[in-house]
Parts: sequence; structure tokens; C-alpha cells
Amino acid sequence: MTSPENKTDVKPDTKKDPDKEKRKIKSDKKMREIMTAYYIEAKTPKEQTGKKIAWITSGGPVEPLQVMDVIPIYPENYGAMIGASKMGVELCEKSEEMGYSSDLCSYARADIASSTVNGGPIGGLPEPDMLICCNNICGTVLKWYEVQARYYNVPLFILDTPICHTEFNSDMKRYVVTQIQEYISFLEKICGKPFDYDRMNEVGALSIRGQALWQEILDTTMNRPAPMTCFDAFFHLAMIVTLRGTQTAVDYYESLLAEMKERIAEGIGMLPHEKYRLVWDNLPIWYRLRWLSNKFTDRSACLVADTYTSGWCSSMKYLDENDFLGSMAEMYTRIFLNSGTDIMADNIIKMVEKYEADGVVFHSNRSCKPYSLGQYDMQKLIQKKVGIPTLMIEADMVDERMFSESQVETRIDAFIEMLK
Amino acid sequence: MESLSLFHEINAKPDEYAAKWKTETGGKVIGNFCSYTPEELITASGALPFRILGTGADISKADAYLQSYSCSLVRGALEDALAGRLDFLDGTVFPHTCDSIQRLSDIWRMNTGFPFHADLVMPVKLDTESAGEYMVSVIRKFRKDLEKGLGIEITDDMLKDAIVTSNRVRKNLSRLYAVRKQNPELINSSDLHTIFRAAMLMDRKQLADSLEPIAASLESKTATAATKKKRVVLSGGLCSMPDVYKVIEASGGAIVWDDFCTGSRYFEGFIDENGDLEKNIAEKYMERVACPAKHSGIFSRGEYLVEKIRENNADGVIFVFLKFCDPHSFDYPYMKEMIEKEGIPSMLFEIEDKSSSEGQLKTRCEAFMEML
Ligand code: SF4
Ligand code: SF4
Repeated sequence: MTSPENKTDVKPDTKKDPDKEKRKIKSDKKMREIMTAYYIEAKTPKEQTGKKIAWITSGGPVEPLQVMDVIPIYPENYGAMIGASKMGVELCEKSEEMGYSSDLCSYARADIASSTVNGGPIGGLPEPDMLICCNNICGTVLKWYEVQARYYNVPLFILDTPICHTEFNSDMKRYVVTQIQEYISFLEKICGKPFDYDRMNEVGALSIRGQALWQEILDTTMNRPAPMTCFDAFFHLAMIVTLRGTQTAVDYYESLLAEMKERIAEGIGMLPHEKYRLVWDNLPIWYRLRWLSNKFTDRSACLVADTYTSGWCSSMKYLDENDFLGSMAEMYTRIFLNSGTDIMADNIIKMVEKYEADGVVFHSNRSCKPYSLGQYDMQKLIQKKVGIPTLMIEADMVDERMFSESQVETRIDAFIEMLK
Repeated sequence: MESLSLFHEINAKPDEYAAKWKTETGGKVIGNFCSYTPEELITASGALPFRILGTGADISKADAYLQSYSCSLVRGALEDALAGRLDFLDGTVFPHTCDSIQRLSDIWRMNTGFPFHADLVMPVKLDTESAGEYMVSVIRKFRKDLEKGLGIEITDDMLKDAIVTSNRVRKNLSRLYAVRKQNPELINSSDLHTIFRAAMLMDRKQLADSLEPIAASLESKTATAATKKKRVVLSGGLCSMPDVYKVIEASGGAIVWDDFCTGSRYFEGFIDENGDLEKNIAEKYMERVACPAKHSGIFSRGEYLVEKIRENNADGVIFVFLKFCDPHSFDYPYMKEMIEKEGIPSMLFEIEDKSSSEGQLKTRCEAFMEML
């Protein structure tokens, strides 16, 4: 996920290069303002806002929280901010002192440590009144949220979404649908007020609208030259994750989409020369975004799409516009990360075709086993089915100790050679 | 002990045992990965449930499918499958547990080519009514999948028979634990573990029959003077592991209990033999002590450990699990803290692979026993 801090490694140019200026996305500023306002509200004392705070996993159903006027906070988003501001190592080390193994997910490690020292770029997250954990992304979040439930001594709701290796069956559906009802009862109890089903319809419609806009924005890179890259998507993603189901997100994405269309009309691409088009798989490497982006740009390689940011609209097809609440069980269960490796590979292949990519870059992310294990098979499937080169980068999304600049650079060079 | 030779033999060459069983009975062998596998259904189908623990051979083939940051069980099992060491299997069952096993299931399905593959996507929560209902549906579906996959019908009588056998097995295994708890000198833990490892892949009727006299003979022995050894409880998971028991015993420890899926988690809990059998099976797996990849409250595993320490008068705890094991690594700090509050010291040993860890473990254990 992404953050306002996300571009802290962008060094301000001393002399403004007019060509670079032209390529900059103007909406960035607005995005930063919105996200700052969101965190300011979240960190305002609860007596003043009168709102409760829920910590929720990135793939969790946030819409009911919006209905209940609860502020959703995403520790994973904060993990990304910690990574982008290069504060990850310090916090990871702290968690290791607390007894957590250095092999665990670095979002989890950074967050668990940050809670005890108010660490990270905004001095820690506001304390939760409840925890909402949806395991559609991994089993790690279950254990992580158990840790936080013990630490903060607040209620934990688990939305258990069975993994769809090869199928989503009616037993699974019944189980998740029932849990959505349990989720609503849980919220009613904690918030001390009834759930407003009319409001749910509005929030649901905004969520669908936001997801559709986000998909449209991502699709603008089908154009040559692409008006943005996945590095920009990493940045603008924060809104669909944290403010999904709000008018703010819809308005923002409308203006961002308009800007992208304008860029296309004017022929402005993100890269001065776009020669190769690539797809990225897995989470970003937050502490090296700028560096990586430059490496690819220098080699005229444009990362036109990625599996990560599209994850927040990948299962929109299962949503029923007229029955958001009824269909959200399926939508949340069938996200691509909660499905079999072959389905995940198909997803990439479809992206390769849709965005006319020349290669795929895999981030083998030692933090994230459900995302990374199986990538070797995906590589083979891609080679077999579409016959394009792939690159595997070994790293970690937050823990810089796992990154070897020279090794990655050598691999990128060898990969670009293969594209030629 | 004479009667244990069968178990030692099987444990030394599990693949040979399974292959022989297959030729002799004409039955199918179904590999499985976890103590959440409802073995009763496999037994009922006439097949042999074979718990895959990994032979610990060097990894060469699996490297092309799995990154280095997956645990040695996951890597080792895939290596065995790819190298043909599991060729006697007719299929494999993957209960959903940790993220690594989840992906191993996909990789296995896509690359190993065994005819039958079943994912048992059980609930992760074990403490709600709706999860309980879902668990029942998973068990019912597994029965159908087995019937279809193996081409047979599992009647209620067959299922009941299998449940009776598995209850007998559990009962007898728990008797052995009770003997050891009373008097760790009577049966050493290394032998007990050998029995367990063999138990998870033996013909279950043969197993129940062989365990009976062993338990009876041990129970008839009069207890010698109480052990002078330090009483230790093990916590964690050791699927593919070196013989930690030998090392611990050699350094002056007596293991009195464990919270392992190849130990107490395997035999605790009985299945009601009457009524809706599928429901009874589901209930057992819901109620049994949870593995860390499942959720049954935020303190359940810590509380269980404290209870077992008290019940068994333990002097210390050794946490043992595999490197890269997320579920256990997440639970370790709070469980350690809980037992510290009880004044119980502990030691953590993370195992990377068989060969590299035995020497280290010996040194650490000796120091730990000294401290106790
Ligand atoms: S393990 Fe992966 S999906 Fe889970 S929280 Fe960490 S990065 Fe996210
Ligand atoms: S040892 Fe841990 S990581 Fe490995 S399979 Fe078992 S639970 Fe999963």
C-alpha cells in the first residue's frame, strides 16, 4: 500500500528540468493533502471527533465501518509509510528484541514494534477501539492481530475467508455471508447504535464507483506512451484502500482520471522514451521506489501495470451493484491473493496481454509468503503461455537489510538485454 | 523394549512400509500434511493415511519451485515428491493451515502428478457457531471428494469402524503419555516419538492392536523412585526434525509433555461413535487444542501451556519449531511471557534443517539443564 510519505526519497531537483516538470502528475499534491487530513483526523483525540477507531487489514471489508462512522486505520499502510521513510530496519530490530523472528512479515514486525514506542513517520498510529482482521490476504494477519488484541486489549473480529485454491463453493459462500452478518452485529454492539442499511447502499455504491474509477485509471496505461507507471499507482493506491466507500475517494479519482486522459490527449508519457513495457508482481520495495523507478526509466522500460494495485478492484466482477451487502462476501473472498497459484498466474498473463507487456518483473518478497511462494511456477507458466522474459528480484518490502543493490542492478541489466 | 522393534523398523523406512502395505492389501495410500487431516475418513475409505514428514534429504529439485524462505518441512516434502521418494502415494490431502502449506498445495497439485488431490479448506476460527457449521460442511465434502477420487462409497458402517479404531489408537497413545508423566524412566521420549512417527503412517488397526499390549505392560510396571531429571515440556511443532528427544534426554532432561502436532495434538480428543458421524468428527477438530495457524481465542495456546506445566510439574519449557514457521514465531513471545509469570524458565530452539542443528541443540540443552 502507499502513503503520503511515499515519495520522501524524491530529492527536490535543484534546477527544474522543464521536461521533467511536464511529466509530473499534478494530482499528487491533492492526494498528499487528503491523506494528511485523514491522518490528522485519525490522530485527533477521540473526545473531539466523537469517532471510534478500527484497525483493519488491507483486504478487509471497510464499507460497514464507513456506515458506522468509524475511522478505519490500516497498519499495513503505515508499514508502507515506515518502509518508504526508511524507518523499517530500526522497528524491525526492535521487534526482534521483543522476541519476534526476523523471518516474519516486516509490516507486522514494524507495526508491533511501533505500537510500543510510538514509532514511524507520524509517531505511531492512534489506538484502536476494535480490530478487524480479514484473512483473505494471508494467515500472517491473523497472528499479527492476535498480538495487537492482546496488547491493546480490545475486541477482535475475524472475517474468515476460505482460500479458493480451485473453487469458491456454496459452503464457503454461506460461511462468509453469515460472518458478514456477525460483523454487523459486532459493530452495532461496539458502537452502541443500529446499523443503517440505507447508508450501506450509499457507501456500497461509492465503493463500487471508486473501484471502477481506480480500474479505469490503471487502464490508462494501455495507451502508448503510458501516462503513468506502477510506481505512480503505488502512490495513488492509498485512497482506494483507506477511503474506499467515500465521496472523497470518488472525487479524487475522477480528477486523477481526467488528468490521465489529458496526458493521453497531449501525448505525455511518464517516461521520456518508452521502449519496453513491463508488468510488476508483488508488493513494492518501499525503501527503493525512486531508485528502482530510475533504473527502469534509464533503460526505457516502463512498468505499465502490476498485480498489487489492481488487487483492490480485481474481484469487482463478483459485486452486485444492487446488492452490495449481499455480494460483498464473494467479492472479499475471491480476491486474487486468496486463490490458487495458477489463477494468480492467469491474472498476470491477462495483464500481459491487456497492457501489451514485453516482460514481467517478480519481486520475491521474503516477508510475504502467500504472495511469493508459487512465483517460480508463475514464471514457468508465463514463459510457456506467452513466451516473454521474466525477472526475479529478491528483496523485502520494508526490511532494507534484505536488499542488495548491486545484485538487483545486475539482474535488471541482464533482463533488459533479454528484451532486446 | 522388545515390542517396540516394529515401530523402529517402520520409522527407519516409512516408504518401504507403505509400499509393502500397498502390495499386500491392494489399498491406496493417501499422503497428508497435518494433524487436522480427518484420518478417520481416509481409513474408512480403505486407504492408508500417510503423514508426510519429509525425509530430510538434501534439497536440489525443490529449489526450482520454492524460495529459500519456506520451512524445511515444506521444502523437504516437495523434494521427496519430486525425487520420487513418495511414488507409492495415490494422492495427497492438504488441510489449510499456514501460508506456506497453502502455496505448497498449489505447487504440489501443479507439479507432482499424483492422481488424487484434496484441499480441506477448514475454518481458521474455531470458536464460533458458524465456523462449526462450516467445519461440518468441509468434512462432508471431503467424504464426497474421497468417494469420487478413490472410486468407492464410504458407508456409515465403514466410517463408524474407522472412528472406533482411531479412538482406540488415541486412547492407547494417551495411556503412553500418562505412563511417561508418572515415571519418565519407564519409557523414554525418543522411543515414544518413534511410536508416534510410525503411528501416523501405519495401518491403523494394526497400530491399535500393537499399542494395546505396550500400554498394558508399561502400566503394570511399578514406578521406580521419582526421576532426578529435570521435567521439561516441549512446545512448538516439529514435523521434520532431528531427534530432539535424544538430545534433551542425554543432557539430563525428561520430557513430560509436549504441545506438538506429532504428539499430544495428534491424540487429544475423542470422536463420539454414535449419531451424526461427520458432525462428530468436525466437533473433535473444532474442540481439540488449537494449532497456532488456527484461532480459538487470543490466549488459548498460552493457557494450555501453563495448564500442562502445572499438571505435569514441569521445571522448564523448550520451544522448538522450524525456521521460517510464521504461526509458531508469532506465538512464541507471548507464550514465553505467560510462562515467565509462572516462574518457569524457557529456551527457544529454531531448527533450520536436520543436519545443521543437532550439535547446536546439544550445547544449548546442556546449558539450559544446568540452569534448571
Ligand atoms: S504476509 Fe503479505 S499479505 Fe500478509 S500482511 Fe504481510 S505483506 Fe501483507
Ligand atoms: S512448520 Fe510452520 S511454516 Fe512449516 S508447514 Fe508447519 S506450520 Fe507451516
